[in-house]
Amino acid sequence: MASEHQLTTGLNAGDRLRLGLASRTLEGRNKILAFWFFLGGESVLFASLFATFLVLRHQTANGPTPHELFGLGLVFILTFLLITSSLTSIFAVNAMERTDRKKTAAWLGVTILLGLGFLLLQIYEFAHYAHEGLGFKTSAFASSFYTLVGFHGFHVAFGLCWLTAVTVQVVRNGVTTVNAPKVFIATLYWHFVDVVWMFIFTVVYLMSLL
Amino acid sequence: MAKKLEEVVTPSTPALRSGSKKGVWGWIYEWLTTVDHKRIGMIYMTIGIVYLAVGGIQALMMRAQLASPDNELFTGNFFNQLMTMHGTNMIFFAAMPLLFGLFNYIVPLQIGARDVAFPFMNALSVWLTFFGALLFNICWFFGDAPAAGWFAYAPLGLKTYSPGPGMDFYVLGLQIAGFGTLMGAINFIVTILNMRAPGMTLMRMPLFTWTAFISSVLVLFAFPPLTIGLFLYMFERIFGGIFFDAALGGNPILWQHLFWIFGHPEVYIVIVPAFGMVSEIVATFSNKRVFGYPTMVVAIVLIGFIGMGVWIHHLFTVGLGGMINAIFAVATMLVGIPTGIKVFNWLFTMWGGKIKFTTPMLFAIGFIPTFVIAGVTGVMLAAAPADYQFQDSYFVIAHFHYTLYGGVVFAVVGALYYWFPKFFGRMMHEGLGKWNFWTMFIGFHLTFFPMHFSGIFGMPRRVYTYNPGVGLELYNVLSTIGAYLMGVSVVLLVINILYGLTKGPKAANDPWGTGRTLEWAIPSPVPEYNFAQTPYVRGLDAWFIEKTEGKGKLQAAEPLGPIHMPSPSILPFIMAFGMFIAGLSIIYHQFFFTIIGLGIWAICMVVRSMNDDEGYHIPVEKIRSIEGEGA
Repeated sequence: MASEHQLTTGLNAGDRLRLGLASRTLEGRNKILAFWFFLGGESVLFASLFATFLVLRHQTANGPTPHELFGLGLVFILTFLLITSSLTSIFAVNAMERTDRKKTAAWLGVTILLGLGFLLLQIYEFAHYAHEGLGFKTSAFASSFYTLVGFHGFHVAFGLCWLTAVTVQVVRNGVTTVNAPKVFIATLYWHFVDVVWMFIFTVVYLMSLL
Repeated sequence: MAKKLEEVVTPSTPALRSGSKKGVWGWIYEWLTTVDHKRIGMIYMTIGIVYLAVGGIQALMMRAQLASPDNELFTGNFFNQLMTMHGTNMIFFAAMPLLFGLFNYIVPLQIGARDVAFPFMNALSVWLTFFGALLFNICWFFGDAPAAGWFAYAPLGLKTYSPGPGMDFYVLGLQIAGFGTLMGAINFIVTILNMRAPGMTLMRMPLFTWTAFISSVLVLFAFPPLTIGLFLYMFERIFGGIFFDAALGGNPILWQHLFWIFGHPEVYIVIVPAFGMVSEIVATFSNKRVFGYPTMVVAIVLIGFIGMGVWIHHLFTVGLGGMINAIFAVATMLVGIPTGIKVFNWLFTMWGGKIKFTTPMLFAIGFIPTFVIAGVTGVMLAAAPADYQFQDSYFVIAHFHYTLYGGVVFAVVGALYYWFPKFFGRMMHEGLGKWNFWTMFIGFHLTFFPMHFSGIFGMPRRVYTYNPGVGLELYNVLSTIGAYLMGVSVVLLVINILYGLTKGPKAANDPWGTGRTLEWAIPSPVPEYNFAQTPYVRGLDAWFIEKTEGKGKLQAAEPLGPIHMPSPSILPFIMAFGMFIAGLSIIYHQFFFTIIGLGIWAICMVVRSMNDDEGYHIPVEKIRSIEGEGA
């Protein structure tokens, strides 16, 4: 795939040195640019969900209210896990730039473990709320809460599968110009998921508890 | 109908002929696995024309019902279903595929690229559109069709008032097609930004490519609210969530916002490329460069930008308050300024030009005054207080058909005539083309111009009948006659396409003689690698420059060498089919099959990710044999 033609199209020698491993090929640059635009669309996606939540969050009907449900302790652990996983994914990209197969795979592995911890805790969180009487159909608040946070959780789950697939490729093939863009955009996605969580933390949990 | 078309065109049209002759199944398999942007463009356009016919027949059925007062041909819920299916089909499955087909075919050629940035994803987009359209339209065979309008207002579209599965087909069909559209938009954006030939700066890009770019950006930011809206709709209808039902604490206005934040940019998504097509056609057949090219670009960007912030004009009568209505009224009127710039630029392009009245040029010229009328009524509707009078009347129908039919359809049909020789290496029939234009132009105005009056006189839209003796008979008869005349014109178009595919005279590289952009420099039909050598672009209207100053041949930016091509793949088709299974099973609550459908999708993704596509190379000898001695 990474033919000589693709490696050099539109680049002079200086560019080649300056650009990261992920941007060496035209295909890599295409993927990265596309991914930034995709994240633009994703932002609108989540903005729509936030708007939905903000419109409906006071409609608790006879079900539990956010005050009764949310505790900052659990949310703190969730946030801590996800932010840390963002940091470890940066370490993975740094190792990738040095074409260090072992460290890239190792840091990706750590990222996956932290993300998995987040996901399991969130499943526990949802189960807990369900136990407290907040079903998906309980109230408009419940529906919009589960949709927004669940949508984010789905992104985390998808990101975990993606990071796993990428890690397998790094272990199998080493760091190459083919899988370097994949590592890069997978971590970009992971950061995005992290940023969205920051907004969920603020808008869903903090604003409800204030 | 599509099947027949294939049979007719296979033997004689080089672009459609199979590379490796393995019979009908080999031919079908080749099309299912193609990742060539040109073939994908043709699939898109075929989808568009098929659903144009479907939506058109639905429109003709409605016009038959409305031909006389108190008619009882198609009444009640069936009329509502026709109205909903017509609107949704025309917007999502006729206009969008036709435009994406033209983007696919033309944009890489205009920027001197060999393909789009992501050929695999491109195939995935088209098959998602195909299966989304299929899922939406098979609802008839399951005994129910959506009847809540293409905007599916809540609570009308919720379980209480639409208990059948029809609305679920709407929700899932649009969702699946929407995924494809989003992927397509990202693909075009990256293609245009990253894949331009050397020398092709942004301000040297042909205007059609510019409009494709802006339209794709609008898709990227306008479709996600619809995606979310449809998800919420699905959760509410199928899983019992509460979002839009006011009785349970939901908010029906929320859906209106989500829908129109998508819905209004959507009309710009379809009209902006029409502007681009008209710009290309007018410049070519006036044999002049487009007047005021930089202002054209700025106007497109402004229309796109302002277009994202006017959706409240669909909600004027909801009661959001005078201040909000005022702001959005003014914003809506502002769109008229850049649009006016474009209209004058087209007129000035023609001014002093050597105009050739070919069929595409007739459609482009017909477009201009028609679209001006649409703009004028648009400003009338944008005046919020007046909108209280116009709303829900046939005046609104007249207005938006002037934009969508008089704007988009005129431009797209003109563009089909314009680029047809490039697609197939054959010309369509000029005489028949002129008949096509005049029947369409007269039929169109006969249909929709009287609707301004019937609307002002109080005829409500979305209602299947009207009373006799209140002065609406004449206008409705005229509208119905005009509609059937348009039906004739579409039949003429299809006949002309079939004629062009089988018997049309052979087309040269630059069949109109006055082509200006890169696509006219390469053979018709276009070889699979597009450009034997990536061209070097020396200015705006790159091909025109080479014709007037150079050797009548593009300057090459690279030596002739083997050309790398992506491998064909059946995965996109299988993935889209998996989505189709998932969608259909959600409608009928068979969640086991949903998991299977999504599982097919997921497995294909892993297979694709784990196996790097090496592609293949076209050897130099083969390029020489195709290009002739010039290469």
